[in-house]
Amino acid sequence: MIQRKKPERFRLRRTMIFLSAQKPGLIKDPLIYGADSLMLDLEDAVAENQKDAARFSLYHALKTVDYGDTEVIVRINGLDTPHWREDVRVCVAAGADGVRIAKCESAGDVIAVEKAVEAAEEEFRKEKGRTLLMAALESPKGILNAQEIAAASGRMFGIAISGGDLRRTMQVSPVRGGIELNTARGLVVLAARAAGVQCFDTVFTDLNDEEGFRAEVLLDKQMGFDGKSLVNPRQIAAVHEIYAPSEKEITAAEKIVRAVRENAAKGVGVFTVDGKMIDIAFLPGAERTIALAKACGMYKGEL
Amino acid sequence: MQLINRAMAGTLESSDAQISIAPGKDGIVLHIQSTVQNQYGRAIKQSVLDTLSKLGIENAEVDVNDRGALECTLRARVECAAYRSAGIEAGIPWEEM
Repeated sequence: MIQRKKPERFRLRRTMIFLSAQKPGLIKDPLIYGADSLMLDLEDAVAENQKDAARFSLYHALKTVDYGDTEVIVRINGLDTPHWREDVRVCVAAGADGVRIAKCESAGDVIAVEKAVEAAEEEFRKEKGRTLLMAALESPKGILNAQEIAAASGRMFGIAISGGDLRRTMQVSPVRGGIELNTARGLVVLAARAAGVQCFDTVFTDLNDEEGFRAEVLLDKQMGFDGKSLVNPRQIAAVHEIYAPSEKEITAAEKIVRAVRENAAKGVGVFTVDGKMIDIAFLPGAERTIALAKACGMYKGEL
Repeated sequence: MQLINRAMAGTLESSDAQISIAPGKDGIVLHIQSTVQNQYGRAIKQSVLDTLSKLGIENAEVDVNDRGALECTLRARVECAAYRSAGIEAGIPWEEM
């Protein structure tokens, strides 16, 4: 029996790939894809009359397949369905790292799931607080309540846009450049940063439009998203490549970290590095670049 | 567990197995058909019997149509079919699975 180690609330989550928990062929060996997180789906990818089958399949997969350091999150059914409470029980019993709350619209939704998770942790004698939460925002109301949702629980690690339902309710369709989700994306990034959690952009479903996909991933990176939800393993490498810092960025970050340390020791607060003004405010960004470079296997220096 | 109706779970897709289970009278009557019968027939039989025994099922007619399922999938499908047969949808004792 596999015992998964305690989940980390904050970790690298550039890529999160959706896999139907009902399909044995999909969930037996997805760690070979190299995604940061797997999203085993009990919701939309599973037909209404197969919800029970998906739970048994999920349970045994988590208990027998070694997913290693790849994070395993489970998307549960919406709070307006009769399924979500049993979904929470199986997630906790099987030791999933976290639960993705579908169609989340308020802090109250997060708290309802948190209570069910807590009860399941007690029932199955799991460490209290072990199971993480994230919320999918799929409606205008969910987007507008992003901040209270993101801050609703100490278990929350992030919020994600779910574009399918959101575009439908906004009466728009996908547009090159993303203007149709512009406001929603901006609000979600702001809310996540205000609450101190991560944020993830919606899936890109046109697998034949490689150029459009790359453009959207670049937009996500530039807007400040931590990562993206994916529908196909083919999409993983491109996200990791686009999110990787450049050699130039790594060198600059390294210089900044060293310069801040040296100058702090000398009692100097503001100075220049390669002609640019630098102060303590640049340190967290530079440290993040180094951490990302390490995760991408691109930094072997001393920092 | 008390089986009530004939019930099925699983599909005929590759790496899956379709299980049919019905209440029985004379112990476990098991029929297995598998694409990997020669290599894994005995292991499949053992997994199915183990799973039924864990569920406390002593009398049942069970048909297995296996398409190369891993053991974890076989167990999942047998349990799902059994719980469907018993008409139990929620409150599954997951820690005993």
